[in-house]
Amino acid sequence: MTAIARARAFALSGWQELRYRADALGGALLWALVLSFLVGAAVSSPDHFAVGLVVGSVYALAALGLTLVYGVLRFANFAHGDLMMLGAYLAYFVLTGAVVGTRRDVHLPRALDSLPGASERLGDLTFGYGLLLATLLAALALALLCIGLDRLVYRPLRRRRAGVVVLAVASLGLAIGLRSLMLMLWGPNPRLYVEGVFPARSFPFGVLLKTDQVFTFGLALGLAALVYLLLFRTRLGKAMRAMADNPDLARVSGIDTDRVTTATWALAGALMAVAGVLLALQAQLNPQLGFVVLLPVFAGAILGGIGNPVGALLGAMVVAMAQETSVGWEIFGRQLDPTYKPGVAFVILIAILLLRPRGLLGART
Amino acid sequence: MTRRGMWPTLAAFLAVTAAVVIMPAERSGWDWGGVLSFLTAFAVTVAIYSLFTLGLNVQWGYAGVFNFGVVAFFMLGAYGAAAFTTGPATGGFDTYVGGLGPKLSPPLLQGEEWLPFLVGALAAMAMCGLLAYLLSFPALRLREDYLAIATIGIAELMRNVVVAERGLVNSERGLKGIPRPFYSLFSPDDYQYFYLLLAVLVLALVFLAAERALRSPWGRVLRALREDEIATAASGKDVTSFRRQAFVVGAMIMGLGGAVYAYERGAVSPDTFTHFAGTFIFWVMLVVGGSGNNRGAVLGAYIVWGLWIISLQLLGYPLPEALRVRIFYIRDLLLGALLVLVLLVRPQGLLPEERRVSVWVERLLRRAPPERAGARPAAGRAPDG
Repeated sequence: MTAIARARAFALSGWQELRYRADALGGALLWALVLSFLVGAAVSSPDHFAVGLVVGSVYALAALGLTLVYGVLRFANFAHGDLMMLGAYLAYFVLTGAVVGTRRDVHLPRALDSLPGASERLGDLTFGYGLLLATLLAALALALLCIGLDRLVYRPLRRRRAGVVVLAVASLGLAIGLRSLMLMLWGPNPRLYVEGVFPARSFPFGVLLKTDQVFTFGLALGLAALVYLLLFRTRLGKAMRAMADNPDLARVSGIDTDRVTTATWALAGALMAVAGVLLALQAQLNPQLGFVVLLPVFAGAILGGIGNPVGALLGAMVVAMAQETSVGWEIFGRQLDPTYKPGVAFVILIAILLLRPRGLLGART
Repeated sequence: MTRRGMWPTLAAFLAVTAAVVIMPAERSGWDWGGVLSFLTAFAVTVAIYSLFTLGLNVQWGYAGVFNFGVVAFFMLGAYGAAAFTTGPATGGFDTYVGGLGPKLSPPLLQGEEWLPFLVGALAAMAMCGLLAYLLSFPALRLREDYLAIATIGIAELMRNVVVAERGLVNSERGLKGIPRPFYSLFSPDDYQYFYLLLAVLVLALVFLAAERALRSPWGRVLRALREDEIATAASGKDVTSFRRQAFVVGAMIMGLGGAVYAYERGAVSPDTFTHFAGTFIFWVMLVVGGSGNNRGAVLGAYIVWGLWIISLQLLGYPLPEALRVRIFYIRDLLLGALLVLVLLVRPQGLLPEERRVSVWVERLLRRAPPERAGARPAAGRAPDG
């Protein structure tokens, strides 16, 4: 009897232990899945892998902004994608000065394009220094706009102690409003920064990339590194992390939380604008694109651990990679239809929520 | 809410009603028969959309369940009902599963044509409930906003499936020729009045059930967990389970709405189920009307759809070209701004939530003399359990 009881107790404690470790197991399983997927993708189709890296670096910038707002202000900003596209359109506007008219576009008398040599191609890139300048201006404008929206909408809601979900509903209203504004000003037809067809260059392993894509990858990673330095090497970054950790504790330790909020929006806004321009540079400017990227960017941020900037980078890369390589997958003996790209992000999202909702690197550090 | 506080509600109601009646009358040269037919179509749409706002109210208004993918349930309900009522695919360009309509006539009920519609509506509700039930496992036990993202995701995925799987529901072409209930009994001109009656009947049933549920212990638990999850869990309620129930019940109401929509239109196609027209508009309706209040949900559907119709009517007037091409974008911009404005200025909506929702307290109050009822604070303040 005692032996049976002991065995039963042992089994029960083992079960308890297993449940206790289920989270760790989920994490290990998720890591194993992610790593084997990445290696497999790199070996089987280096071409899609390279494109995935480029798209992933754009998603990473977007997810970085999203996760910063989520970490510091604690709400899911559903206007993120549309703010990105607004940044891209603002850059387009200062570059070309064009707005949609009744019959054809109306142009401002002067824009960055009319500066001497602004649209001369920089090396093998498709654009000149005009677009770089325009991106800078758009980043500035979007940072100011985000601060303004916070003062106008989110801060009064926070002051009223409205729940974070109410802030999220308000962000949905802003998202729709911004999208309609873009449709009003620039119309539903896609636009391009630079017209024309440009050949891709070939790299080792049969990878074909345009120089713009290499530039995108480099710029995005460079910016991400700068954000990392800001967060982990400056006093402001420390204050942001403190506020993400515990806003009340941050306030009583003498951190000016209003200032930190403003700084967070400024940083997030600038990141959104650059991410928007880089996204539009991959394909085209399209008002609907903001909503399309929302799902993969959210999935990436959650996969890495929402509120965690390093995790956002990693998660966004993985999601983009999965979306890009999914074109070649065979499921039930049939090629996966390319329209399923958002579905891939959704499946990843559900898998993380089931296996390890904290994400790969743990939420909010 | 004091009497003074209801002024904006009355003003909004009267303004929208006046515009919806007068604008088409003026444009048709005061042809009241045409106006009546126009208003009937308007009322049918309001009744159908009210089903979605009521479903969303059960989810968001009662329990704080954050569903940003209403369109997924809208679509599933409409397609599900269509699959059970249409005839089988004729081949050629049309390929879809289902098409069970003619098979659904049991031996004793020959010639009765109501059965497929009932089965279709029930199936639509069951499918939506099942989808919500399955979705609640990964997404509902965590933070609220994870459910919002997951529901956006399922809506995207479903639209992809409908378009990409050619043999499933006829892809972009959509399903056409969905029969309409009791269509043969009426002349085509009179049928819309009958359908209005039918839609209002369904709406009234759902409304009464939702009110009854809100005023039951179940409804009070949902409101309690929305206000304070930890306190509700501490008083022994399984918070996740209650939240799942609210999500599933709300989704079933949305499924019914999808079915009533499909029977009214007679056709469903994937491009009508956009995020804007299938999710966002219901959120604006509910928030404007007053989340947590079922009458508010219906009033919100009326007001917002009224604004929508007004913007369509405006097109019939001479407008500057620059305005005419942008009128729908302006309307969408205003709807987004309206949502934010209501959240900022009047977060309770046009008809605020009632704090006291127990039938028992109400009965007590009705029986007791008014001055005694007022003197008993316990009865006046027995809101959340």
